Amino acid sequence: MSQLTINKETVKVKKPTNNFKRFLRQWDIQLMVIPALIVIFIFSYIPMYGVLTAFKNYNIIKGFMDSPWVGFKYFEQFFNSPDFSRVMRNTVIVSLLKFFIGFPAPILLALMLNEVRHMFFKRFVQTVSYLPYFLSWVIVAGFFTSMLATDNGSVNIALEKANLINEPINFLSVPEYFWTILITANVWKDIGFASIVYLAAIAGVDPHLYEAAEMDGASKFKQMFLITVPSIMPVIIIFMILAMGNLLNAGFEDILLLGVNPLLREVTDVLDTYVYRTGIQNGRYAYATAIGLFKAVISVGMLILANYFARRSGNSLW
Amino acid sequence: MRRLGYGDRTMVIAIYFLLVLLAFTTFYPFWNALVISFNEGKDTALGGITFWPRAWTLDNYDTVFKDKRLVGAFSVTIMRTIVGTITSIIATSILAYGMTKRELIGRKFYMVVCIITMYFGGGLIPTYLLIRGIGLDNSFWVYIIPSLISVWNMIIFRTFFNGLPDGLQESAKIDGCGNWGTYFRIVLPLSGPVIATLALFTAVYHWNEWFLPSIYITNENLIPIQTLLQQVLNTNVITANTSALDTASQAILGRMQSITSKSLSMAIMMVATVPIVCVYPFVQRFFVKGVLIGSLKE
Repeated sequence: MSQLTINKETVKVKKPTNNFKRFLRQWDIQLMVIPALIVIFIFSYIPMYGVLTAFKNYNIIKGFMDSPWVGFKYFEQFFNSPDFSRVMRNTVIVSLLKFFIGFPAPILLALMLNEVRHMFFKRFVQTVSYLPYFLSWVIVAGFFTSMLATDNGSVNIALEKANLINEPINFLSVPEYFWTILITANVWKDIGFASIVYLAAIAGVDPHLYEAAEMDGASKFKQMFLITVPSIMPVIIIFMILAMGNLLNAGFEDILLLGVNPLLREVTDVLDTYVYRTGIQNGRYAYATAIGLFKAVISVGMLILANYFARRSGNSLW
Repeated sequence: MRRLGYGDRTMVIAIYFLLVLLAFTTFYPFWNALVISFNEGKDTALGGITFWPRAWTLDNYDTVFKDKRLVGAFSVTIMRTIVGTITSIIATSILAYGMTKRELIGRKFYMVVCIITMYFGGGLIPTYLLIRGIGLDNSFWVYIIPSLISVWNMIIFRTFFNGLPDGLQESAKIDGCGNWGTYFRIVLPLSGPVIATLALFTAVYHWNEWFLPSIYITNENLIPIQTLLQQVLNTNVITANTSALDTASQAILGRMQSITSKSLSMAIMMVATVPIVCVYPFVQRFFVKGVLIGSLKE
């Protein structure tokens, strides 16, 4: 023991006090991190700086540096444009729908799976429900358009067989149906995978609690709401907070792929797709960057707000 | 076990019913697409195909596997998935291993640099302008380099590496291993489960990702299958109510008369899905653990 301390001290004495020399001496570990950090710098930090495009009259020939500053021109343009109210309405509605339906759905699934006593059946349902998470949105949208198609779509076939409709409905061209389809597709894709964490949390609940509750004559239903749900509350709260930070992400791929039909424009334009449409498709780079920045600022605000709530509940994110 | 009361029994029956319904609605779209992909296109157009093919045929797949554009798109996807996964897992895990070293100068600063990118980003347009600006567009490397380092995966790797017993690394050091040697000979071989999990997710990302090529790639030889499929499906939706076939799928359809764009896109969809369906049961036992590590971050 004493030898070890002496050794440590000799090492300390030998250590060069100069940070730069120490840095050179550990070149092998620095070589592990610095190249990766350069990649991060290029692909994450340069675009952050590029956000200044929003305040410039961007000209592809002049490039980023030489384009003149225009201040908040593009922000004003967006706020005053007729698109503004539509885009904001859609973003808020779709986000809230996703939050209030997409968030509790996997919790409900986990609670239901927890009541299943036949292990084979349980595993089967789990395995099947995870699968869509691993498919691309292209495939999922393909499934949904195929299911909902007028020619030979299974939904129309079923509705016709049940005598609920006479003519097939072209679901993906009616604005009123779009949000329902969008949320359904999201839940369909993610419910199984998102339930994993809740199932793990449920597995950690002390079984004695259930035994005691059963002795007291609590029904299964009561056990679920008086034991299981309160026990996994911390996990639910953490994920709720994470979801809150994401609240303005109404979606991108899903809307882009399911909302192909131009008839749906009224309900499909959200901030992200609008940035894509104006920026990439129409080449209005500065305008689109301004809208992206506008969204990012609100998102960061919500993240800070979410963290404030998190701290109060004792589950801080940072 | 105590016998269930009346209310409990109703609840359990309802739960089983709902779960069967969920399993069915999850499984059915696959099945239906599979059935349509094995059914003659003209016959499918008559309607009524649900659980079984009515006019069995392999023509759809025959067309898929004979079409040069489709086969090319598949090879691009496979290349991208293999190269992208291997490079990203190696680069990210090396970064993570370096970050576990307490003596690393600037460690805290590096960590902050990494974490910030999880919450802030430049957004679509500045990234787009950067990628075009440095000439990565229309290059295979646009699939590999920007997604080389995943900070999220780095944190998962780091958590895992920190959990490895210190003694192993120390004894490697005594035996004359440097940091790189320890990483390759000790740490990497011990990290099977976490590598399997993260490699699966990275591979799935590369296999499924379609948006990058849709904005950066105009060279048809570099378009992966998902993007091609998206183009085919897209034009299908728009022309759903007209009899005229769109140009994108017509080019592929060529002479085969019994194939419609619907039966063809179902076949492409199946070919793009099956590899994932085959791989994931094997890695399933790992990913529960992986997801849990991920949700525990820091």
